[in-house]
Amino acid sequence: MVGRPEPSPGLLRRIDALARAALPTFTTALLLVLAAGPTGVPALVPATALPCIFFWSLFRPGAMPPPAVFALGALQDLLTLAPLGIGVVTLLVAHGLAVSWRRFLARQSFLFVWLAFCGFALGVAGLGYLLTALLSWNLPPLPPALHQAGLSAGLYPAFAFFLGRVHAMMTRAEDTP
Amino acid sequence: MIRLSIPLRQALARLSLPVLIAAAFGTMLLGKADALLAERARTVLADALAPFYAAFAEPARSVRDVIADAQDLLVIRDENARLREENERLRRWQAAALSLEAENAMLRRQLSFVPERAPAFHTARVIADGGGVYARAVLLAVPPEIQVRRGQIALDERGFVGRVTEVGTRSARVLLATDMNSRIPVTLEGSRARAMLAGTNGARPRLQHWSEGSRPAEGERVVTSAEGIAFPAGLPIGVVRWTESGVPEVELFARTDRLDVVRLFDFGLGGILPPEAIARPEPRARR
Repeated sequence: MVGRPEPSPGLLRRIDALARAALPTFTTALLLVLAAGPTGVPALVPATALPCIFFWSLFRPGAMPPPAVFALGALQDLLTLAPLGIGVVTLLVAHGLAVSWRRFLARQSFLFVWLAFCGFALGVAGLGYLLTALLSWNLPPLPPALHQAGLSAGLYPAFAFFLGRVHAMMTRAEDTP
Repeated sequence: MIRLSIPLRQALARLSLPVLIAAAFGTMLLGKADALLAERARTVLADALAPFYAAFAEPARSVRDVIADAQDLLVIRDENARLREENERLRRWQAAALSLEAENAMLRRQLSFVPERAPAFHTARVIADGGGVYARAVLLAVPPEIQVRRGQIALDERGFVGRVTEVGTRSARVLLATDMNSRIPVTLEGSRARAMLAGTNGARPRLQHWSEGSRPAEGERVVTSAEGIAFPAGLPIGVVRWTESGVPEVELFARTDRLDVVRLFDFGLGGILPPEAIARPEPRARR
């Protein structure tokens, strides 16, 4: 690096950066809590968690680190009546895969990303089903898992639209000096 | 902040995911081993979130109300049509109920009420309008085997038509209620007041001589009265209509301008009978 070193960031700038970094995790947690409200749709919490985590892992992995995913998975498990840990495992696996494929996926069109997300939703639901079956040592009914996969795949475009707006706003705020 | 070398940080970042996944499996096993732990954690979380949900409940309810209102608005057209149809039906029932109520009141006034026999009737075809000495009369074809006598009462399918005034061997003449010479004692169904129905040769006969203080009400039903022993009580005649000049007229239920078949009832009554051209004794078969 040639030239003057970058000036030390001021307090406001630091708070700004911190808020921006924490925003995805907090909005996801808030959405999970809202989805756990009396909506009458039991699969809404996992169907909300996966699109948010997938989106942020793909487009802003720095703001969705693995510990945050762990915490969000634990929150999901506690909000639903699923056995503890299954949501954590499935979301961490999804996050890891999304981060490792992000160089390829982030450059594709929205439709392709959605198709990939459908695969993720099916995989997450299948993994959750498998883990539940292993943990309780009998086969749980299959329809709820399929319902969850379909619901999260169907909700992804809506989430992607709003989170895309938020992401664009954050990018614009970072670019302006 | 602890300063770490860049390779170490990268290694940690690469390691954090597998470590966390292992920790997640550990959590799974922990939750399986100690089921109470998950329950306690859930309770703590629910306790922490309860105020949040409570604060959120009011707007959520208003949103749900708005959605329900919107759904109501969508079906309001169908609802309106259904209600209008129901209103129509209820109005018909109200008319039925009113007449039944009047009848009931009348019956209650005379506790020792003896029900009448169902009156016998013959059906006769109308073959000619008018003619004879009356302006509003019809001629009926009567088969010879049927005994018709003067004073019998003619009704069509809706209500009172008139009275038989002349009898031949194969025909009979009925003086319609609209004829100028027709005078029929009637009862106003609502007030039970008596009046006379006088024909005018027009479509609507007039009400006359009602009792003091019981003005006929618009739309009130008019039925025959048994006074004068010429008619049985309670045959439906029509409804009261006030003209613009303030004359009460009766809109007949019967369609006197297009009669084709009438029923001749023999109630065995022979009060005041119209005079006959040839004076001969009338067989008054009282039943």
